[in-house]
Amino acid sequence: MTKADENPAMPGRRAQYEAALRRRSMWVAGVSTSLVFLAILVLVPLAPGWEAVKKSFFNWGVFSKTFPGLLDAFLLDIAIFAWCAPLIALLGLFVAICRDIQKPALYPLRLFATVYTDVFRGLPVILVIYLVGFGIPGLGLPRPWNSPYIWGSLALILVYAAYVAEVIRSGIGSIHKSQSSAALSLGLSNADTMRYVILPQALRNVLPANMNLVVALQKDVALLSFVGPVEIFRQAGVYKSLYANFTPYVGAALIFLAITIPMTRFADHLMNKRRKQEQ
Amino acid sequence: MLSLRNIQKSFGDHHVLRGIDLEVAKGEMVCLIGASGSGKSTLLRAVNLLDPVDDGEIWFDGVDIAEPGLDPQPIRQRIGLVFQSFNLFPHMSAAENVMLAPRRVKGLSRAAQRGRVEELFDRFGLGHRIDHYPDQLSGGQQQRVAIIRALAMQPDILLFDEITSALDPELVAEVLDVLRSLRAEGMTMILATHEMGFARELADKVCFLESGRILEEGTPAQIFDAPREERTRQFLSQVL
Ligand SMILES: Nc1ncnc2c1ncn2[C@@H]1O[C@H](COP(=O)(O)OP(=O)(O)OP(=O)(O)O)[C@@H](O)[C@H]1O
Ligand SMILES: [Mg+2]
Repeated sequence: MTKADENPAMPGRRAQYEAALRRRSMWVAGVSTSLVFLAILVLVPLAPGWEAVKKSFFNWGVFSKTFPGLLDAFLLDIAIFAWCAPLIALLGLFVAICRDIQKPALYPLRLFATVYTDVFRGLPVILVIYLVGFGIPGLGLPRPWNSPYIWGSLALILVYAAYVAEVIRSGIGSIHKSQSSAALSLGLSNADTMRYVILPQALRNVLPANMNLVVALQKDVALLSFVGPVEIFRQAGVYKSLYANFTPYVGAALIFLAITIPMTRFADHLMNKRRKQEQ
Repeated sequence: MLSLRNIQKSFGDHHVLRGIDLEVAKGEMVCLIGASGSGKSTLLRAVNLLDPVDDGEIWFDGVDIAEPGLDPQPIRQRIGLVFQSFNLFPHMSAAENVMLAPRRVKGLSRAAQRGRVEELFDRFGLGHRIDHYPDQLSGGQQQRVAIIRALAMQPDILLFDEITSALDPELVAEVLDVLRSLRAEGMTMILATHEMGFARELADKVCFLESGRILEEGTPAQIFDAPREERTRQFLSQVL
């Protein structure tokens, strides 16, 4: 089979009709969106508390003074994210594979993996961060092992790896049995069948779902501020106290959105691409 | 070369194979025919050790491979199986599909295999498709790649499970030609098939399966021209 025939011919009646329909719906969408925005712009400043809100949340002077500092602090968020993500991927993959192990000798691993995913998916992230982030340094470990960076990151890794493991496991389950039949029938071992045939397809199938977790992780890094690291959220809090003004939080929100919205769009794009491939 | 004795297999309380006896000599081509659900696929998967049998013996090269607890991996390397639905690995090119098992199982590098693999692709008219991915190939081409993949392990015997059933009629011939060429080469083969013309032309032996038993077996002439059993006659009159 070669590529599907391209059809460069004149647009047919159907295509013309659909184009007209598209033009009209874009026009309607444009008008109604403008109306809504106009209403917000006109109505919100009429609210009685607007002046106060504007001063404490949208204060340009405070914004321009604190924004560079917030950006600086955000580098720490990115760093924490950057060292957590690969470890999460590895641990998640390991746990996912453990859950499908059949060998009786390795049953403890399977049990561990099951308990692990149940526990860490069943707890609020912030609770794990408190328990691990305060609990382990509380053992009185010597430096650098009392660092909140290490244990806070570990908490994130533990929680997110549990979610990643479940996503990967669902990916493994989505690969049709005929694929492993084909691999095994050639004399490949179970391990090679998993590694060369099942996993590559499974991981590709769940890439969009994992991208959503990546976005969530980027945001949840801010939770580490509760156990110590002066990342952007905590830095915003410092500025808030300093200037007695909430604008730094708005600045922090904008910085998060600048990163997470493109990532979310990208995840959606991957998801759509996959859906199209499946048709 | 292969000898089945009283093969029994159930799925739950569904008794699918009810005592199959079958002899296959080296270089022979045996065709299994029979209605849908008669147990042809189950039998082939059992011989490839994909689904273990419940009872009975499978003698292969002097070893009973139905022995419970036997490691199936080395046996499967010597018994190839080609599926109705091709089952190519979609994330690998045709060449990678073929080279994976020899690479992992026999330790042959890609470079060491490439020449031989190219020869196989050329021989089956796929030389120009060797680096294509499965979704860029027609059904007939995919099935030929699947046959090459099984051949690349240099098995002693090849099993084919209705390998033309999923193909458009005009693509069936190109796959049957591959079987013809393997036959000429003396490959030992067992085919589950609905291609009666092909079975009559090339089989040494035809077995008619009915509800998990071989009801009748014989040369193509015996089975197709002078079936002894009423059920065989009925089946043939439906499919011919
Ligand atoms: N994994 C399974 N679990 C339960 N039942 C099964 C399984 N595989 C096959 N069967 C049943 O065993 C019977 C024989 O199936 P089999 O696929 O061997 O038949 P077949 O002769 O190959 O038929 P077809 O011509 O349709 O391919 C069928 O009734 C089928 O439903
Ligand atoms: Mg079948």
